[in-house]
Amino acid sequence: MTLKPTVLALALALSCGLAGAVTLRVANQGDAQSMDPHSLNETLQLTFTGNVYEPLVGRDKKLALAPILATDWKQTSPTVWRFELRKGVSFHDGTPFTADDVVFSLKRAAGEGSDMQSYTSPFKEVRKVGTHAIEIETLAPFPILPDVLTNVFIMSKKWCEDNKAVIPVDRRKGIENTASFKANGTGPFRLKERQPSARTVLIRNGTYWGKVDGNVDEVIFTPIGSSPTRVAALLSGEVDVIEPVPLQDIERIKSSPNLKVSQGPELRTIFLGMDQKRDELLFSNVKGKNPFKDKRVRQAFYQAIDIETIKSRVMRGASLPSALMVGPGIRGFTPEQNKRLPYDADAARKLLAEAGYPGGFEVGLNCPNDRYVNDADICQAVAANLARIGVKVNLQTETKNTYFPKILRRDTSFYLLGWTPSTYDAHNALTSLMATPTDKGQGQFNLGAYSNPKLDELTLKIQSETDQGKRNALIKEAFEIHANDIGHIPLHQQALASAMKKNVEITQLPDNFMPYKWATVK
Amino acid sequence: MAVQALRRFFDGDLWYSFRRSPTAMTAALVAFACIFGAVFAEWVAPHNPMDLATLELADARLPPAWLAEGSTKYLLGTDDQGRDILSALMYGSRISLFVGVASVLVSLVVGVSLGLLAGFVGGKTDAFIMRICDVMLSFPSILIALLIYGIGRALFPNAHETLAFAVLIIAISLTGWVQYARTVRGSTLVERNKDYVQAARVIGVPTLRIMRRHVLPNVTGPVMVLATIQVASAIIIEATLSFLGVGVPPTSPSLGTLIRVGNDLLFSGEWWITVFPGTMLVLIALSVNLLGDWLRDALNPKLR
Repeated sequence: MTLKPTVLALALALSCGLAGAVTLRVANQGDAQSMDPHSLNETLQLTFTGNVYEPLVGRDKKLALAPILATDWKQTSPTVWRFELRKGVSFHDGTPFTADDVVFSLKRAAGEGSDMQSYTSPFKEVRKVGTHAIEIETLAPFPILPDVLTNVFIMSKKWCEDNKAVIPVDRRKGIENTASFKANGTGPFRLKERQPSARTVLIRNGTYWGKVDGNVDEVIFTPIGSSPTRVAALLSGEVDVIEPVPLQDIERIKSSPNLKVSQGPELRTIFLGMDQKRDELLFSNVKGKNPFKDKRVRQAFYQAIDIETIKSRVMRGASLPSALMVGPGIRGFTPEQNKRLPYDADAARKLLAEAGYPGGFEVGLNCPNDRYVNDADICQAVAANLARIGVKVNLQTETKNTYFPKILRRDTSFYLLGWTPSTYDAHNALTSLMATPTDKGQGQFNLGAYSNPKLDELTLKIQSETDQGKRNALIKEAFEIHANDIGHIPLHQQALASAMKKNVEITQLPDNFMPYKWATVK
Repeated sequence: MAVQALRRFFDGDLWYSFRRSPTAMTAALVAFACIFGAVFAEWVAPHNPMDLATLELADARLPPAWLAEGSTKYLLGTDDQGRDILSALMYGSRISLFVGVASVLVSLVVGVSLGLLAGFVGGKTDAFIMRICDVMLSFPSILIALLIYGIGRALFPNAHETLAFAVLIIAISLTGWVQYARTVRGSTLVERNKDYVQAARVIGVPTLRIMRRHVLPNVTGPVMVLATIQVASAIIIEATLSFLGVGVPPTSPSLGTLIRVGNDLLFSGEWWITVFPGTMLVLIALSVNLLGDWLRDALNPKLR
């Protein structure tokens, strides 16, 4: 009995102490896979770790390049870029930030186990040219280098060495290290608590070098996979922001007096990929040959998909069917190229018969069920569409924690993926998704190993072309080749939707980044 | 022979007690209707929701026929992929019933054999088997099923659909055998010391034969009751696993899968997608349970 007043007083004291702090509680469909910023090139992973770690060059609210850890950058020769680094910045543990950290981090991002190699593949050398200046030399002229650096975060050399985290966490091989669970960046937030798949807490970095627009002191991030549970958490006030909002619940949330929904187009393109490399598919009843090597089969699959009905029924109108691997808003997107082959099941059946599969065949389709908007439903609809042309799809849907490692190992014959060119430039889609895979990082996400040497050549040219008009023409040509080959089957660009309490202001960029430094709770 | 057996059944106590119990008769009727719809789904159901080629995505999420936007083509409405709910219920309960009955059979065989062995042989064997039972009983069955299912899928990561079913059945049956083993062991301990068993021993009948021919028939009563009730709980475990998204493949929906799909749409007013499969699950589980209860009372001489 004597204990109770003490506990009460303690609780009171605690709540008073916290009363001034502004907490933002965020629920997302999934969790960042690791706290290591080089471990997975995926939007949620990057936007979340981007609160703790920072790149040299970042983006402002209008998506224009903004100085972050570099204050200035210029091209000193066609293949050399010089970056002046910000002075007086220190990591969360107090270590000052210097050129050594940048050289180390870019090497780490380019090295073994890193998922960021598609950004660093054009690099020849990264050199320190002063305590606060570096130079990056590229293999060929590389005009969009600063854009490419926006997602490569800088870690502390000393901290990584002390914590045996010099090599990135490799999710594919299931290798974890300290950087999975702890973080030491220069960003506006520090990592306070990390419980994978359960709860991650960030607190404001009091010694942050820059100005923070928002007023949030603490962010509690909770993954809630089940859509109705996530919506219920928002309705009951348990969380302040949810992302994404299930399309079916948008109306209901809008009608609530305390909540609002923010919707807009997303730069992400959802597409299907097919294994075009193996001589025999891993998951199919066709033995001794790979049907996807035949363009007619790929085209049959393409034309069998009724994208408009998927839009109206599965996506409830919130999608933009696409013929290209990039959407509007990406540099190099040309609207007149964005014309899908018509949906035509009869033509598809005919193509399949011509290719030697009059009765269709069986193939496994891998699909995440908690990554993209209605991803598993899209796959089910695709399976139903393909059934009409005689193709039996063995659908396997699973959570992204098992899905991504599996398909990144290329353990798939047919898969669904979404891609946002993180540089807002078509070159990123070309080099990551469409170029022939190499061990240098090109085609790192070309999981079906589609390959056309002409496209590879164009991709290299686009990388170094500085004249915007010529560059766009080259991009157009490359897209033409890819569309002609049916290298992938583009589906649509999904719409972004997040919901929050009316007193919460967040900035969500079209690439789905939602930096907490721009969040305000009134 | 068969006629005689039937006559004996209808003249017997069981039928008499059945006729006098309205609960049992109603339950049997409901269970019969469910099983009939499930077994003869091909002929009874208006559509075939398992045949992906016949699905009309354009008809997705239509309400039941009696509501404003409903269509008589789909009596109970459609789900998010355009499956007819009524047909999906029939095909779905077939999967649920199949998994339920199959896993009960497997756990029955395992449980009864181990129970007989433990009760009849006794000693260390008995202690060993019973300790395993204790350990199993200390975990919630759904947890064990999840664990076994997880291990199964990890061992065969690229399992074909049929193998996925097998793993599911094994996962459920391995959680259920304990009940049988305990029940049978108890009865066996009683029977073991009865005169007829002693007599058989004295004349030199082999142990296995005694267990099978003499003890087993005398312990089946309680096992039958248990099995009936376990069918209901197996169906519910299957539904729970499918609800959690780890059960049957999404393209061949069981009742649990249907409920999960509907659950996502609960807030948006499309209630029929979850309410009908939910009701179906309750009906099956309840009727089978009531039948089991009645059977227990009817077979228990003390309650007569």
